[in-house]
Amino acid sequence: MKHIRTLSAGTLKKSAEKGGCGECQTSCQSACKTSCTVANQECENR
Amino acid sequence: MIHKFKIDDVRIVLDVNSGAVHSVDELVYDILEHYPSKNEGETIKLLEGKYKKDEIKDAIQEIKYLIDNEMLFSKDTYINNHDFINRKPVIKALCLHIAHDCNIRCEYCFASQGDFRGDRSLMSEDIGKKALDFLIENSGNRRNLEVDFFGGEPLLNFDVVKSLVEYGRKREKETNKRFRFTITTNAVLLNDEIIDYINENMDNIVLSIDGRKEINDKMRYAVNGEGTYDIIIPKIKKMVEVRKDKSYFVRGTFTKHNLDFAKDVLHLADLGFKNTSIEPVVAKPGESYALQEEDLPEIFKHYEELAREIIRREKSGKGFNFFHFMIDLEQGPCVIKRLTGCGAGSEYLAITPQGDIYPCHQFVGDEKFKIGNVLTGIENKELGLSFKNAHVYNKEKCKECWAKFYCSGGCHANAYNFNNDINIPYELGCEMEKKRIECSLYIKEKLNME
Repeated sequence: MKHIRTLSAGTLKKSAEKGGCGECQTSCQSACKTSCTVANQECENR
Repeated sequence: MIHKFKIDDVRIVLDVNSGAVHSVDELVYDILEHYPSKNEGETIKLLEGKYKKDEIKDAIQEIKYLIDNEMLFSKDTYINNHDFINRKPVIKALCLHIAHDCNIRCEYCFASQGDFRGDRSLMSEDIGKKALDFLIENSGNRRNLEVDFFGGEPLLNFDVVKSLVEYGRKREKETNKRFRFTITTNAVLLNDEIIDYINENMDNIVLSIDGRKEINDKMRYAVNGEGTYDIIIPKIKKMVEVRKDKSYFVRGTFTKHNLDFAKDVLHLADLGFKNTSIEPVVAKPGESYALQEEDLPEIFKHYEELAREIIRREKSGKGFNFFHFMIDLEQGPCVIKRLTGCGAGSEYLAITPQGDIYPCHQFVGDEKFKIGNVLTGIENKELGLSFKNAHVYNKEKCKECWAKFYCSGGCHANAYNFNNDINIPYELGCEMEKKRIECSLYIKEKLNME
């Protein structure tokens, strides 16, 4: 493509099929104790 | 739904429902102002004065390709997802308030200088063990369990911390669970022995410091009023040095007094710390240090400046992590996690020294939010259910927000503190979170361009 460069094709649709096993870290336990940031957590069921 | 934004020479288009991220030129950026709500012919007419007709047509073809392949304007199909609707959360993480007491006084402390609006107290070994048993019993098939030793200041009750780690190791063998212990400390009581113990036994360490000496000491001071910077810096350095590649965060808070908090982040990086986090204070509007809407342009400016400096340092081999700019576009959390958020009240609970159970550390001390006690179990099941249901589809403001799969509806405690309702997000927090996501994507693209 000439006008668009895709950085990520997106993983959300595919991730919905995995069903949310819940083994991942709880977001507040990492470094934020006062604000919620979820998108930087790692999936543990890759 | 899409979101597009521009920082410097970078133009990003985010497809909200698929999570696809595209870097686009000015032409595509302009086309997306109109297309596809206006058709191709109308869009060409609107832009013909600025671009050649053939170029516009070419760019629209590229946009159409992405739409056809569900990478632009893709539909939200998750609301009816079977696993989301039928999810049965189990408890997998505890914030153990090992000490409701603190050896320093922080002006902005949400824990009311460590006592959480109650008597100063320490958790007994017996209550701590009961808490770990409670976690195991309520964790279903979940193998990885997390326990954060929190306070007040947990090092004031370090013998109990050690006993509980030992007990946890014994119980995990018996039950085929795995405990991940973490500790959040102000670092004042760190010594060689404690540093070695923590390094060996904790999966992650959060070390509190606000940045530059004058900034830290204004808000974080000892009982005698003296700032803590000079006490904690050598100790944090030692801890980080011993830590090597294992996980840690040097974490602070910024307030209205240091809207130029980017300098504090860079100060921490200059001290050699590779994993940093400086978060906006959460305070009642009347407090002198509380952030207000009028501060947003200044805060945004400093987030952008920080992003630019992080790029410069990364390129020169001096890169470091800033927690709120860390984003994984390929292997981040699944969408179900993103919909349900932090899990407070349903997967994550806080336990007081007396064994009382609250949805999270931020609610401790507010009796209305007491869910039960580790000795007697969960008594207020409805409260847990209301937290479970506080997900992005039940929050009016989140439904139409482009950032919903990144912040997952934000912090329940912030929502409650500002709007008296866990389903109405804290607006100022939302605006800052959105800016941080934009900066994260900007960094990704800038580093990708090279």
